[in-house]
Amino acid sequence: MKEIVIISGKGGTGKTTITASLAALWKNTIIADCDVDAADLHLLMQPLTKQTNPFYSGKLPNIDMNLCNECKKCIEVCEFNAIRNDFSVSKIDCEGCGTCAFFCPTGAIRLEDRHCGEWYLSETRFGPMVHARLGIAEANSGKLVTLIRKEAKQLAEKKGLDLILIDGSPGIGCPVISSITGASLVVIVTEPTVSGIHDMERVLGLTSHFQISSSVIINKADLNREMSQQIESVCKNCNIEVLGRIPYDRIVTKAMVEGNPVVEVDNGPVTQEIQSISHQIHNRLYSNQ
Amino acid sequence: MEFKKIIIAIASGKGGTGKTTVATNLAKTVTGQTVTLMDCDVEEPNAHLFLNPEIREEEPVDIFIPRVDLDRCTHCGKCSELCQFGAIVTIKDKVLVFPELCHSCLGCKRICPVEAIEDDKKAIGTVSMGFSESVRCIYGTLKIGEAMAPPLIQAVKKAGLSKKVSDLSIIDAPPGTSCPVIEAIKNVDFVVLVTEPTPFGLHDLKLAVGMVRILEIPFGIIVNRSTTGDRQVWHYCHKENIPILLEIPDEREIAEGYAIGKLMIDLKPEYKNKFQNLMNKIHQTIASSAKVIA
Repeated sequence: MKEIVIISGKGGTGKTTITASLAALWKNTIIADCDVDAADLHLLMQPLTKQTNPFYSGKLPNIDMNLCNECKKCIEVCEFNAIRNDFSVSKIDCEGCGTCAFFCPTGAIRLEDRHCGEWYLSETRFGPMVHARLGIAEANSGKLVTLIRKEAKQLAEKKGLDLILIDGSPGIGCPVISSITGASLVVIVTEPTVSGIHDMERVLGLTSHFQISSSVIINKADLNREMSQQIESVCKNCNIEVLGRIPYDRIVTKAMVEGNPVVEVDNGPVTQEIQSISHQIHNRLYSNQ
Repeated sequence: MEFKKIIIAIASGKGGTGKTTVATNLAKTVTGQTVTLMDCDVEEPNAHLFLNPEIREEEPVDIFIPRVDLDRCTHCGKCSELCQFGAIVTIKDKVLVFPELCHSCLGCKRICPVEAIEDDKKAIGTVSMGFSESVRCIYGTLKIGEAMAPPLIQAVKKAGLSKKVSDLSIIDAPPGTSCPVIEAIKNVDFVVLVTEPTPFGLHDLKLAVGMVRILEIPFGIIVNRSTTGDRQVWHYCHKENIPILLEIPDEREIAEGYAIGKLMIDLKPEYKNKFQNLMNKIHQTIASSAKVIA
């Protein structure tokens, strides 16, 4: 089974636009949205949700005031200042480490499973989709990403499908690491700007750190030719393949506003380039077996 | 007009909407006040690419991880029992530490009955400090392969806010609505949410609004690339009674300038006025929300 993950380092470079288009071109892949913190892929896939599941991760202390003797030991041992002077728990600050519960002399603190969000099994016109919504201000995004990938694999096995297409999140931290470890191929979407290049280099550092095969797409490639050239030479030096150069075109925003992957509504240079990228990814995934 | 010292954060929900553009241009617009810009997007810090600060200090940041003194350890397993993250595991006469799972809660150290757990350190990144003309710039750079950004974000904020606090402190936050963003915007006076008028922009804006409402911080919105997409963001803000503080049109010139690291106010000096007005509106909104709360 192959997992291909679309990430970018910098946000807003076009990860979801490209993921949606690849899903539309390939059909019959499992689509997984692992940008659980700001999941947008469903806005283009318009999934019909078949199953909603709660996502529990980590612990949250529940202080029983009938047993509490107000000794403040819990406040003292909490490294995160998550217990207020009135013994209420700040959910935002709590890491779920449980130290308070272990030190409470009256056993007034019970650790409860923390409800952090929801995940969904859905059907789309392009194939089955696994996606999620991390609760606002909740933690454990990495664990939710891991869960989505596991469910996507199970679904792929059940449906006899071989390919999983994953939309990742920006950055290089916890959810990104969880979305790329063990993947078959990482595709980095960048743009020809100083921040696009800077962030691509950091994310390439991450994929090389975890020894994951990666390649690059330059989006809005004609925004600045010099910067695009710079991306090409960074990639050349790192022996990274540039899969395609998508031109800037307002049709992309127009398609998004209509809720469609751009390849479904356009036959111009953007769509042609994404089609060519799609072929190259296929060749790469299935040629060196 | 006399202003008290304020801390504002620039956040967004969706990535790539223009947080750094707003943070850097605002920092360079304000005159007659001391300004500090803290780039808290430690996974992908970008503000320094536009401000080119002369870096005077660079400090490593590390976090606590346990080191077990095996001579003292009695293998009682209490530390492993306490640890919710599986970061310290007792197997017969061995205790294994998994630094990448540790949340530095110090629970293991506190619970150990024989004081066998000592402080060890794990480097998670650096905090860089310098000046771009009169603007003090502080940014964090998360070590590649390191998963947890919040402790480094905390270190960036501490560097900028613990002593010699500027009249205006600006925090450039990471995208999203989970723990790194919360750490960045916690305890600020005002949050500016930057969005774009597209379905993705609006969807993630709603999440970001939910987040600042949970934190009970006054906020307003900037619509970037305001001449693209549709009008849904305006309808939403109107319905929710959220102030739109500034609109920045989609201009090729601005985008091309951004591409090579140029500030908008240098390309189009008329934006200095707009950012100055933005600052005035922020002060007004803070003042009026203080009244509402009182």
